[in-house]
Amino acid sequence: MSLKTIQAAPGFQDYLPKEYQDLLEDGPFFQQRKVSELGSFKEAIEEHPMCAGCAMTLFIRLVYVGLPSLEHTVICGTAGCGRLAISQGAVPFVYGNYGDTNAVATGLKRGLDIRFKDQPKDVVVMAGDGGLADIGFHAVMHSWFRKEKFTTIMLDNEVYGNTGGQDSGMTQKGMVMKMAPTGKKFEKMDMLGLAKTAGVAYTARISPTNPTRVANTVRKAVLIAREVGPTFIQAYTSCNIEYAIPTPKVMDDAREVEKDRYGYLEYFSDEAKTYWEESEKERKRLRKAEK
Amino acid sequence: MTQGNKVAYPVVPGPEGILPPAATMMGVPLPEEGEGLVEGRIVGEQEALETAAIALLTRKNATLFPGPLVLWGWNDHTNEKAKYFFDVANELPGIRIIPMPDYRPIYPKIDPEAVINPCHPNLTIWHNKIEACVFIGVHCHFANITLKMVRAGTNCYTIALCAEAGHEDAMCSVPNFDIEKLVRFRDAIIKVKKNGIKPLYEGKGIIPTGWAQISRLSGKPVEKPKDDLLEVGVTGAFSHELETGLDDTAE
Ligand SMILES: Cc1ncc(C[n+]2csc(CCOP(=O)(O)OP(=O)(O)O)c2C)c(N)n1
Ligand code: SF4
Repeated sequence: MSLKTIQAAPGFQDYLPKEYQDLLEDGPFFQQRKVSELGSFKEAIEEHPMCAGCAMTLFIRLVYVGLPSLEHTVICGTAGCGRLAISQGAVPFVYGNYGDTNAVATGLKRGLDIRFKDQPKDVVVMAGDGGLADIGFHAVMHSWFRKEKFTTIMLDNEVYGNTGGQDSGMTQKGMVMKMAPTGKKFEKMDMLGLAKTAGVAYTARISPTNPTRVANTVRKAVLIAREVGPTFIQAYTSCNIEYAIPTPKVMDDAREVEKDRYGYLEYFSDEAKTYWEESEKERKRLRKAEK
Repeated sequence: MTQGNKVAYPVVPGPEGILPPAATMMGVPLPEEGEGLVEGRIVGEQEALETAAIALLTRKNATLFPGPLVLWGWNDHTNEKAKYFFDVANELPGIRIIPMPDYRPIYPKIDPEAVINPCHPNLTIWHNKIEACVFIGVHCHFANITLKMVRAGTNCYTIALCAEAGHEDAMCSVPNFDIEKLVRFRDAIIKVKKNGIKPLYEGKGIIPTGWAQISRLSGKPVEKPKDDLLEVGVTGAFSHELETGLDDTAE
């Protein structure tokens, strides 16, 4: 069997809907697209049913730009707002039960590695803070302890958005919401600290204020996971509905929160640092040679 | 397996209403190699092929729904199979081809002239008033849901040309559908036409479906099919008048 999954069989090209023809002719496959090219090529995701102005959708759009090889990626998600958009992307999407994502991703990644020995396949978990820090907590932690080679991206809107505003472990202490009327009772969980303790190779905290940085961070996390070990991105992706942020102010909020308590942070394990520095050097050398 | 004349559960065009039972739960068996399944009954392969041919030639707006396993050139076998798929299509005057390129749930809307989606296949069938269709190259687990939904909500005659075990939820199905069987299917269509089955539509070949979209967006000149070819059927499934003025407060 070949891996040429992204081409129409002879004669079928003309019967494909326009969207698919565009994906084949001018899509994001087999090349690394840049944020600066957005709007000039057919993206892996366009229509979705999430709320207008939701910062999570912007972040998800940028993740698709950052993924280093879309045609060899499987995304694993679960219940929560994000999957409404992620399931529309032109990248295979596996829906783990709520809480199971990192166990499902473990099986997927190990299976793909056995099945495709010569072709790295990237598995990326992308799910909400409730799905990863609360109900999926044990599966997330154990995938890290076991050093499973895939990336976990937390869409941290600091609330259970999809079910109408319950507090999660990632909600700030004291926060009052529709379904947390007496306020969140304990501190926001330190998932970045836990990741470091569990031996995660690369962690990053990020807001969607700088699109190029989002795409680069995702790319870095996926490439390090491929070679070194588990990686984790915790992304502030505000819920404008549950936090009552007026749609035009969503990015103002992201900038404020970033400045206040969600600034860009990166942590590399020693092995990840060495790997990344060397691979960057190699990429620079190749780019020079191309010129 | 042979079954005589007894049918545990007739798998016939609907609309059967919401949540029809899985035919397998009602005792409909799968056909074995050399056999076919017609409306819940095991028959010989040739009989199944001819039944499918007659349905496609005589029912309104017959359509082929190629799924991902034949649509994408993902291996040499698929690339080879494509030619035989079109050989079949070319024997069916007025046939349409509407693809099912993948299984994304496609919200918030689909273009039912250009695509069929396994999560709401009825939308495409209703919109195009399709009364006979072929699913080919659709993975079993999605074909199962799709076939049941079509039976639940439409009067479409479903034919599953399955590369694996066949589908008991289709009205007509033949298992292990490889290139040789595509050739035999084309021959069966030619044979029933020769034996006097008059195709509903005249002429030869495929109507470009989604033609409006294809020509407008791709810039490729596509001829609009003649109006009489676009004529639509009015049957039980589609004949209801839209109810207006429903009273929200009525008990
Ligand atoms: C096992 C299980 N428990 C509960 C639910 C109900 N459920 C669906 S979405 C959701 C909350 C999602 O919150 P989060 O993971 O933070 O994602 P968000 O919607 O905020 O993006 C819950 C509790 C479920 N689908 N499965
Ligand atoms: S409920 Fe909140 S997180 Fe979910 S789509 Fe709407 S704005 Fe986004």
